[in-house]
Amino acid sequence: MSSTITEKILARAAGRDEVQAGDIIEAKIDLALANDITAPLAIAEFDKAGFTKVWDPARIALVPDHFAPNKDIKAAGQAVKMREFARKHEIVNYFEVGRMGIEHVLLPDTGMIAPGDVVIGADSHTCTYGAVAAFSSGVGSTDFAAAMAWGHVWLRVPETFKFVYSGKPGPWVTGKDLMLHTIGLIGVDGALYQAMEFAGEAIETLSMDERFTMCNMAIEAGGKSGIVGFDEKTTQYLQSRPEGSRARTVGQVFASDRDAEYVKVLEIDASAVQPTVSKPHLPSNTAVAAELGDITIDQVVIGSCTNGRLNDLRQAASILAGKKVHPDVRCIILPGTQDVCLEAIADGTMQTLIEAGCAFSTPTCGACLGGHMGVLADGERAVATTNRNFVGRMGHPGAEVYLASPYVAAASALAGHVATPEEVGAVKGGSR
Amino acid sequence: MIFEGTVHKYGRDVDTDVIIPARYLNTNDPQELASHAMEDIDAEFVDRVQPGDIIVAEENFGCGSSREHAPVAIKVSGVSVVVASSFARIFYRNAINTGLPIVVCPAAATDAKMGDRLKVDLAAGTVENLTQGKTYDSEAFPPFMQELIDRGGLLEYVKTRIGEGSGS
Repeated sequence: MSSTITEKILARAAGRDEVQAGDIIEAKIDLALANDITAPLAIAEFDKAGFTKVWDPARIALVPDHFAPNKDIKAAGQAVKMREFARKHEIVNYFEVGRMGIEHVLLPDTGMIAPGDVVIGADSHTCTYGAVAAFSSGVGSTDFAAAMAWGHVWLRVPETFKFVYSGKPGPWVTGKDLMLHTIGLIGVDGALYQAMEFAGEAIETLSMDERFTMCNMAIEAGGKSGIVGFDEKTTQYLQSRPEGSRARTVGQVFASDRDAEYVKVLEIDASAVQPTVSKPHLPSNTAVAAELGDITIDQVVIGSCTNGRLNDLRQAASILAGKKVHPDVRCIILPGTQDVCLEAIADGTMQTLIEAGCAFSTPTCGACLGGHMGVLADGERAVATTNRNFVGRMGHPGAEVYLASPYVAAASALAGHVATPEEVGAVKGGSR
Repeated sequence: MIFEGTVHKYGRDVDTDVIIPARYLNTNDPQELASHAMEDIDAEFVDRVQPGDIIVAEENFGCGSSREHAPVAIKVSGVSVVVASSFARIFYRNAINTGLPIVVCPAAATDAKMGDRLKVDLAAGTVENLTQGKTYDSEAFPPFMQELIDRGGLLEYVKTRIGEGSGS
């Protein structure tokens, strides 16, 4: 029988020859992760249920990234719970402040995820790792607690919704624009319970960073997972991970069969997609950036698990180089990891951004969820490269967030209103 | 189980950020979370809600973040059951895992209005709008979900599975 890549990965993890959409399976987990918001609740459930040991201390990742470095006393207390649990159970992959990063940038970059893996995480953006041809999906704290004890997760095998992007994206059109455009077409529940498979010549041209961005936002269409097929770019990325890491040493490459069954196939002409923004208060409320008119802004946030990779910061720097952030705008950079910071120092990206007047943060989810490092006041408006623009997402419920690519966010930081790179006189020089 | 209560009605795409804003996620204390339930969509909700009340919403209830604090906040605020046209998938799992009863019933969700009296019979699979005099059939849980619930929840199920030698 023919299968999609997602069905093949899940069949492997369930120890079966094949699975079909709708099957309930118990899948073996290759990695389970949680953060400083979701882990404390999971630890409480784990202890309350009477579990005394984790299934494999090397297959659990705990990352204090949301409110860390600790934003207040209560958050510090939650971080302590996670740290003490990590020590007690000798969790190998506990990442302390100074070594941590935003989980969905950090974990693939440190080589912890291999193709064909099954990853679950107590964070909705766990779907990011589909970019390396793995199955990954977000769950809640109790599911994570169960995974820590059991090493398995029950899953309903999702139907797959295939997106085929033809043509070559325009000069300022990134994976973020393709994804916002897609969510705009299908809605925030357009792929509810489904695996989103991204394919087509436009996807082949995208950098790995942009593929991570697209898979990261599968949840914003209701998706269970997002995935991109394995190709040379995947190989290059995986082979650049640390020596001896899982990404370089294990992994099984699966591909969708030509006659695999899809619940839906949507063809999108990528060459016709314009730089796109999501207006308040839903990711599906999209518009072409150039057609928005004069929407003044108070803040720009560039980074996060969605767009906090080196390429994203370089794209922003290419717009901001030699210029100054608008006097009425605070531009905050949230890099994905310490390595991203180091690389941004080495190639001058950080200097360019700081000279332009940006605040460069340590890695943290921070402002994205209105935690700290850039919370908005009532009536304030931001352009952000993050993933959600719900009411209250970045602070006061009376604030507004426009989601955009790093190019559009940087251009907006210069203009003081939602703007395109062309509007601020940018000339495309770099490559993806 | 049968629940009867007053409806708090919302539209589609009620996200977990409005159910429990992230600014309150520096704790997992259920009472504290409940004191901010629904705050960014309905600031008066916590003052108005009575034990047994019912939240009714349209499609995609609980979309967004994976925070299990959301069903916890709703449950501890006094809400007996959430009826919606559909649920976002992580919220659906989290509700089952935290013991917050949920019911998928698009017709009842569409018709219900703020303040209506609703009677939800989980075993019979019915939703009755006492104010409007209408009765609807709700969707049954898939058999596996029902088994999880019957066995006392996910962690009890996992204990059994580990005991059987799966994954240990």
